[in-house]
Amino acid sequence: MELKEKLVSSFLAFENQVDVEAYVHDVRSEAIKHFETVGFPNKKDEAWKYTSLNKILKEDYSVFAKDAEALDYKDVKKYFIHDIDSYKIVFVDGKYSSHLSETTHDGMDVCLMSAALTKPKYHVLIKNYFNQVAAKDESLASLNTAFSREGAFIHIPKSKLAQKPIQIIHFSTGNEAALMLQPRNLIIADENSHVQIIERHQSLTSHPVLTNSVTEIFANKRAIVDYYKVQNDQQNASLIDNTYINQKRESNVSVHTFAFGGKLTRNNLNFYQNGERIDSTLKGVTIIGDKQHVDHNTLVHHIEPNCESHQDYKGIFGDNATGVFNGKVVVEKEAQKTNAFQANNNLLIDDKATVNTKPQLEIFADDVRCSHGCTIGQLDQSALFYLRSRGIPEKEARALLMYAFANNVLESVKIPELKKRINALIANKLGVNIGFDL
Amino acid sequence: MLKIEDLHASVEDKTILKGINLEVKAGEVHAIMGPNGSGKSTLASVIAGKEDYEVEKGDIILDDENINELEADERAHKGVFLSFQYPVEIPGVTVTNFMKTAINETRKAKGLEEMPANEMLKLIREKSELLEIDRKFLSRSLNEGFSGGEKKRNEIFQMAMLEPKLAILDETDSGLDIDALRIVANGVNKLKSKDNATIVITHYQRLLDYIVPDYVHVLYNGRIVKSGGKELALELEAKGYDWIKEEVNA
Repeated sequence: MELKEKLVSSFLAFENQVDVEAYVHDVRSEAIKHFETVGFPNKKDEAWKYTSLNKILKEDYSVFAKDAEALDYKDVKKYFIHDIDSYKIVFVDGKYSSHLSETTHDGMDVCLMSAALTKPKYHVLIKNYFNQVAAKDESLASLNTAFSREGAFIHIPKSKLAQKPIQIIHFSTGNEAALMLQPRNLIIADENSHVQIIERHQSLTSHPVLTNSVTEIFANKRAIVDYYKVQNDQQNASLIDNTYINQKRESNVSVHTFAFGGKLTRNNLNFYQNGERIDSTLKGVTIIGDKQHVDHNTLVHHIEPNCESHQDYKGIFGDNATGVFNGKVVVEKEAQKTNAFQANNNLLIDDKATVNTKPQLEIFADDVRCSHGCTIGQLDQSALFYLRSRGIPEKEARALLMYAFANNVLESVKIPELKKRINALIANKLGVNIGFDL
Repeated sequence: MLKIEDLHASVEDKTILKGINLEVKAGEVHAIMGPNGSGKSTLASVIAGKEDYEVEKGDIILDDENINELEADERAHKGVFLSFQYPVEIPGVTVTNFMKTAINETRKAKGLEEMPANEMLKLIREKSELLEIDRKFLSRSLNEGFSGGEKKRNEIFQMAMLEPKLAILDETDSGLDIDALRIVANGVNKLKSKDNATIVITHYQRLLDYIVPDYVHVLYNGRIVKSGGKELALELEAKGYDWIKEEVNA
């Protein structure tokens, strides 16, 4: 059976399993109908021109995982930023792992989507926020909505500062021959609140995993949300990350995406600016090799005046790796005095690596500052000689130059331990043992 | 220490060096002068191991070892240092991190442990004082936005940190005002010992007032056409290079 049919026929069984209120039920039913009508995206869709899902959709994925054995913290510790105090919401094969997690209801909610979707005390929040910013006309988002049951639910109330970062980690154990996961996260930052979140998807075996994740983030007036995505997964793990952000006036949201591998990674990152004086930051470092594929598909929708957006994506592609950057900036007629900046710089370090980069600007206002630039290049040979003439061997010199190339994206990471970890991941990815921390 | 024998080198099939012979002993300072395009910078790059240049013929021997086939970093590990005429700007790598990496990679190549952090800091402080370098400067990106004088001072700072056996200063005086020239020359002189040697490549005699050479060689059209003591530099300054060209072409 094709994956699409399997998913559609599984939906009934899924709906019978879970006890949700009518509102959520209606949302899900609408979503599965949409998915059934449009199916998975294919290369004929403009937004999927350079990324084909064909190969990864051929696996016979289990849609509902059986219970896996509990994981020992010591075995998975390395996937956490473990040298800081943090809240943790951890899932194993899509199911909540209470012993790896550290949640809270003390002054804010750092807990589970399953609780939010079923408990009466969350009804109002769910009605106001659930599926309110996620696209209803994108098949993968619809598919996730139809099967939305578990994930992280985070609600930071007015003027609350979340003192510790929150880590959301999804493990897959290989308990199934092939597994499809559809985590659903909802983050609500109320007026003047602040939260930092780190998200990671990690497969622990070489069994195929396909994660189709949806995260909705609501940043209300003056809220600050810093979101970090660490993508450094196994050879057979693929991730489609659909993130939708609704910002209200004077809010500030940044998303950093560190894409260091996995089989196929697609990041659909969408910012909607619904208010004045909003700041949106989208940054990413991609370093991949082998036959890995990473696609960043971003949208910043400037709707109201006096807002800013900053996009900076760096990509380093080796071996037969392929990269895609498709950055769309829309400036509505009302959005005067918009300041939108976009940069996408790429290094191709092997002959067979490719990158497709496509900035798209749609500007309907006349008093705006919008800049964009993309480059594709190779390592600077004269810089390489300079470093080597000081005794730095070729591999290390190349790594240093690549790190330097990506460095200004790392500069804005606000959690020092995370930055350190990213530095170590980069050193590891580049196969060198030098400390990059400057 | 350094012996160059009948060196021929080319870049993109164009032969630039056409039979260089040069011997530099420990403790000596040699100046290589010559008109533009004579091959001075090529000689410096070839000794340092730049891959763009092909050695067609001849040998470069450092301490009785032929280094023709060694990579640039391996030559650096053996004590060769090139002060660049145009130091490369490398955004994102700070001066300090660059020096740490260079020193530790050199130590690794010699089978030594990495230098302890406090020792490194002490060394950096000591050497930056020698070159009158501001501490803030050390946390800036390598050469990025540096003035001409800052770049050259930074080159000699690196030389002081790495303590090479053979230092080649390629047009270190170009773009320097008199104060920077004095600081740079002072740094070079303080680093001089009986165990190391310096090759100063310059178009003008001015630098040689500060770094006094034991020998002066004139490079013209890919060959050393004249050698002498420091008075040769003064003669060149007074008479220019035309008489050399005439002598050679006669």
